[in-house]
Amino acid sequence: MSGVDTVPLRMLASLGVAGLCSGLAVVGIFLVTKPRIERNRAEALEAAIFRVVDGARSRAAFVVRDDQLVPFEGAAGTLPQEDAVYAGYDESGALLGFAIPAEGSGFQDTIKLLYGVEPSGDHIVGMEVLESRETPGLGDKIMKDADFLASFRDLAVTPPIVAVKGKPTHPNEVDAISGATISSNAVVRILNASNERWLSRVVALAKSSVQRTGSD
Amino acid sequence: MAVTTVQEDFAKGLWRENPVFVQLLGLCPALAVTNSAINALAMGAATTFVLVGSSLLIALLRNWIPKQVRITTFIIVIATFVTVADFSLQALAPAVHKELGAFIALIVVNCVILGRQEAFASRNTPLKAVADALGMSLGFSFALLLLGSIREVLGSGALFGVSLFGPTFEPWVIMILPPGGFLTLGLLLAVFAHVKERQLRAQQPAAEPTRRAA
Amino acid sequence: MFAFDFAGLIWIFFASALVNNFTLSYFLGLCPFLGVSGRIDTALRMGMANIFVLVVTSACASFLNAFVLPHAPYLRLLAFIVVIASTVQFVEMAIKKLSPALFRALGIYLPLITTNCAILGLALFQTNRGYGFVEGIVFALGAGCGLTLALVLMAGIREENEMATMPEALRGAAMSFLIAGILSMAFMGFAGLFSGTA
Repeated sequence: MSGVDTVPLRMLASLGVAGLCSGLAVVGIFLVTKPRIERNRAEALEAAIFRVVDGARSRAAFVVRDDQLVPFEGAAGTLPQEDAVYAGYDESGALLGFAIPAEGSGFQDTIKLLYGVEPSGDHIVGMEVLESRETPGLGDKIMKDADFLASFRDLAVTPPIVAVKGKPTHPNEVDAISGATISSNAVVRILNASNERWLSRVVALAKSSVQRTGSD
Repeated sequence: MAVTTVQEDFAKGLWRENPVFVQLLGLCPALAVTNSAINALAMGAATTFVLVGSSLLIALLRNWIPKQVRITTFIIVIATFVTVADFSLQALAPAVHKELGAFIALIVVNCVILGRQEAFASRNTPLKAVADALGMSLGFSFALLLLGSIREVLGSGALFGVSLFGPTFEPWVIMILPPGGFLTLGLLLAVFAHVKERQLRAQQPAAEPTRRAA
Repeated sequence: MFAFDFAGLIWIFFASALVNNFTLSYFLGLCPFLGVSGRIDTALRMGMANIFVLVVTSACASFLNAFVLPHAPYLRLLAFIVVIASTVQFVEMAIKKLSPALFRALGIYLPLITTNCAILGLALFQTNRGYGFVEGIVFALGAGCGLTLALVLMAGIREENEMATMPEALRGAAMSFLIAGILSMAFMGFAGLFSGTA
């Protein structure tokens, strides 16, 4: 190693310079990539919203202020940084349903999903797993199994959803994927917890006279 | 220290001193993200970027970094490059970024990178350092690709996402699970050791006493 | 929600120690895992050093995540790695002073804890899952115990294997990986611990 002398000041100085340059580079790349990353996120979420609220053509975001859901005041195309719910509207601007993001712990790691509810809050109309790290080939079927996902197209939310083995006999039951019981149960648990948190609020929001046309 | 040519610096990382198969470094990403060939390739590319970039920078600055704080400086440089790679990947290829997850950040503690800075980049000219880094990165990527391909073909019946055997193929799921990583690498190492032993024996026919044929 | 969710904490501990063992499921901490000699007591001490570094790192990461990093999330990686490097330096000095014999026994493995994926991996996982301070500590303890368990198991099996007969090609690293693969499969059985109500 081409050694340099060991004066402490010199060590401190070089560490300081290294830290400074490094900091600048990191801040730089962050600022440069931030708009693109935000856009990717918004596009992905919007596509998912349109999939869980069937027929939706435009969306609007709502955040919590003083325990109430109010429209998100942000630049067009950006998403709220905080927890938010989304409303899906058809071409004429009529409210079709709400898309609620939810997450919770699955078997391996956190599961993030998006699900749609109708304005009356009685039924779930769609569900999509956005992110999961469940066991490949087993737990990750919650993302891919068409029958499992289809069972969320018309699912009653009261009493709370239950995953059962075998054919569901009640409107609030879904058939857990065999071999992926833990992950299926995790999805159901996440949905129930999210409903407890958001359902009354979105129903209240639907009843209030907030209508919107066009996209964000 | 023997003087090596630039070509030798490059070539040694590809096979003779392959970071994964010979030096047994950087195993954490080698096993964790090789459940598919695409992920393996992406990790290889990210590691290449970080290794080549930081080697170049450290070789350029080698005369100004005090000996006492060299490891810390190396780590700061590497961490900066990794952060740049992380954000760039998130912006340009969000799907890949989601697949690799936290393992992009873990490139920082990939022993290969710190090892090359300490052993080579801090003691050689930028040209040789870049050659060395490129060789090591390509060797690393090759190892990852090999592991990833084997695990994906056996564990999902596909390669680069393209199904090879059709829907009736029953995949050997354990291959894309953690044990599969360990077993694949172990068997590969055994194969390479066997081949090497054969080569050695072929080169010295007279010297070997009773050596059990493997 | 001010009471501790003990069931949740117990689950975090066992999940990170057994179900999702850091070494056998997440492939973290492989350097010491493969390099460990057949000495079980060295493996134990290595594990203890790791547990200590893990807990301290977890505490620092919680603190950083709560107060410092929300203002500059892009500095997360740099901050974590600097914390880890400093902690390891400190642990090294402490062990050197308190127990020179242990210091010699651990040798090169002590500074190598800095590049141990498990430490940084813990900080990153903890951040991604949004663990609080107490959850983080429990997570670190569980992960450390899991690491130690894997290390000790490996050391014990290694010790037995030294004298065993096997094809020459398998001896050494290859066999270690095959053993690790079988251990990993065995640990997959712990998935049954998950009751789904955690």
